[in-house]
Amino acid sequence: MNEYRYDNQTVQGFILSAIFWGVVGIVIGLLISIQLWAPAANLAPWLSYGRLRPVHTNGLAFGLGVGAIFGLFYYIVMRLCRRPLVFPRLARLHLWLFNAIIAAAAVSLLAGKSQSLEYAELEWPLDVAIVVIWVMFAVNVFATVIRRREEQMYVSLWYVLATVVAVAILYIVNNAAVPAGLWKSYHAYAGVNSANVQWWYGHNAVGFVFTTPILAMFYYFLPKTTGLPIYSHRLSIVSFWSLIFAYLWTGAHHLVYSPLPDWIQTLAIVFTLFLIAPSWGSVVNGYYTVGADWSKMRTNYLTKFFVMGITFYGLQTVQGPTQALRVVSQLIHFTDWVPGHVHMGTMGWVTMTICASIYYVIPRIHGTEIYSEKIANVHFWLVLVGQLLFSITMWITGIQQGALWKVQNADGSLKYSFMDGLVKNYPYWHTRTLAGIVFAVGMLLFVYNVLKTIQQGKALRASPPSPAPAAA
Amino acid sequence: MAGEIYRKPVSFALMAAVTVLVGSIVTMAYPMFRAEMHEKLENLRAFTPLELAGRDVYQREGCVGCHTQTVRPLRSEVLRYGDYSKAGEFYFDRPFLWGSKRTGPDLAREGGKRPDAWHARHYADPQAVTPRSNMPRYAFLAQARLDPSEARTHYRVLASLSPKGQWTATDADFAALSEKTELDALIAYTQWLGHAVQRKQAAGGVELALANPLGDSPQAVARGAKVFEENCAVCHGAEGHGETQIAPNLMDDTFLGVKGDMPDGAYFGLITGGSDAKAALGRPGLPDGGMTAFGGQLANDDIWAVISWIRAQQAHERQEAPAREQTEHLPGGQH
Repeated sequence: MNEYRYDNQTVQGFILSAIFWGVVGIVIGLLISIQLWAPAANLAPWLSYGRLRPVHTNGLAFGLGVGAIFGLFYYIVMRLCRRPLVFPRLARLHLWLFNAIIAAAAVSLLAGKSQSLEYAELEWPLDVAIVVIWVMFAVNVFATVIRRREEQMYVSLWYVLATVVAVAILYIVNNAAVPAGLWKSYHAYAGVNSANVQWWYGHNAVGFVFTTPILAMFYYFLPKTTGLPIYSHRLSIVSFWSLIFAYLWTGAHHLVYSPLPDWIQTLAIVFTLFLIAPSWGSVVNGYYTVGADWSKMRTNYLTKFFVMGITFYGLQTVQGPTQALRVVSQLIHFTDWVPGHVHMGTMGWVTMTICASIYYVIPRIHGTEIYSEKIANVHFWLVLVGQLLFSITMWITGIQQGALWKVQNADGSLKYSFMDGLVKNYPYWHTRTLAGIVFAVGMLLFVYNVLKTIQQGKALRASPPSPAPAAA
Repeated sequence: MAGEIYRKPVSFALMAAVTVLVGSIVTMAYPMFRAEMHEKLENLRAFTPLELAGRDVYQREGCVGCHTQTVRPLRSEVLRYGDYSKAGEFYFDRPFLWGSKRTGPDLAREGGKRPDAWHARHYADPQAVTPRSNMPRYAFLAQARLDPSEARTHYRVLASLSPKGQWTATDADFAALSEKTELDALIAYTQWLGHAVQRKQAAGGVELALANPLGDSPQAVARGAKVFEENCAVCHGAEGHGETQIAPNLMDDTFLGVKGDMPDGAYFGLITGGSDAKAALGRPGLPDGGMTAFGGQLANDDIWAVISWIRAQQAHERQEAPAREQTEHLPGGQH
């Protein structure tokens, strides 16, 4: 009994930490979006764009994303194994170390300590610390799954285990570096090899941080929320294995037209196209699950979060492979189209699904209901509008940019200077900041709703006559 | 078996590991053993301690977030930046700094394009050089002195990763760093970029006999004034009087550091081919001068229009000059 309560506190600790780092990451995102059109907003050296951008990406990918993954994975694993964590104290230590690492990561990035590898910017002492907490996490997850009281492992557990294994391999290989001081190192790989390893890692960080864990949440929380069973078990199996097989071949689609050998690029493009199939396996499974009773969209406020989330996952996994094609890549690569693409996935799919999962978990931990469904609905519409405005704006200006870089005069010379192309971004960059504000307001409503729900749960527990289901 | 795996977490995890390792081995690990991943261009030389310190600054400030360092083999990119990037140019790059976003221009061919003094001014205040640029200021780099012992450690670690003899700095080179700032280092690194590849425009010679097809028509002069303002005034000043150490005065009777003007064909060759045309013209120009090659970036007619404007402006100044001399001489009359 007591053990269960303890575990819930760790789950909630991770969720609140994730929310905290999420707010920090979003605020920094707004600041760097302003810096792109107002260079005077750069306060050198600590608060200049170059140093802040990795704080934004790391803060949201690792602070919000991985923080939520830790918390919700512990929650899911305990339920699917019908037992508390085998090492609850280890999980608590994991929580404290996680926050210490993210805080240290933010400060070190602001100080300019960076490996210059996207999504692997952190210098080697932090990499070591991250490997340590990942091992702590893995030990707890595996021990709990091995000693489970439910014979069959449900789909979500497959994604949990695959995430734990794949992230470990990816992170260790790409962060291999030769230290040249406490906060400085050089990549173990050089030149094209360095590029190839980095994007093998970089794209699979998307695969195993923004895809498999979020699918674990989707497969668990969608049926829980709606009371509808997953449509097809067979489709889950086929999608799972083909997804985790194909993902690892695709990293080099980030290096199309680069000096990387062509055969690696082509192989990556082919597997990227194939990846549509397993991705849409999950999309179809999600649609048909809710398809058993579409009225859930009306009667259960969380259903629309999951349906919209999986919709953006579906769009993302069609747009991504399209971008990998050489003919498309040459137009949109290096332009603002790419942040438009990324933010559809992160704001539309990842954050939407994480928020919905948290809305499900927090009231259950406290034996209460969500504080306000109305606020949750406003939150939904604001983040949806904010994200669409962000992505569509960036797609338009990205295509324009790519086209202006290419236009040639009749005599074969270029028609536009680089600055001609840059200044045309300004109105779109202004709009993007506006979109970010709309999204941020939605997320602040989410935070408020979660905190009020916790407060409500505590008040319920404190009042003596209550039957106190919260203790369960 | 098929159903069993979903009841055995350890077997399941092993199978998942094997599944993710297949693609990883074929596309990431196996290529490491192929020579094509470790090429080195013959002309490529390792960083000097100053250049490496500059690269460290480039990494620290996150320049890679806005600037790419790969020219793709596309016609428009080769026109804008120069020859496309080769695998063998990145032999010493740990990590690679190709980037993934081009908020600012590509820098793979930036070395040698512009003089150091231009970069010093641009890094300190980009908007002073390019008014609508969104690049942050890096003026603080000029105040930050380099630490020779730290630079030595970084250099030695990197050097230990390459075969002997490629990194040749001496103790004196490290000692000299104490006189340098981070800005000097960043500029040195900027000038290192792309040094291993011959610039494309160097191929064409200069045809001195070329005549300006636009002549001195008022339309050409007006168009030239606009093109000059947008592309040339940054370095040569609004009226073409140049800037000390950055770009020469176009209105005096000196051309590329030697007295005596040259014909329109020389102007066209120099604007088209940039600094690489200096050799063909047989004149030195500014010591570290880096005239940008506008061939491909500007239409030929726009280049001729600029020449029309320069000629009109020179004629205008010649008319003014005697008048000015007169007025200057009148009150004092000492000459």
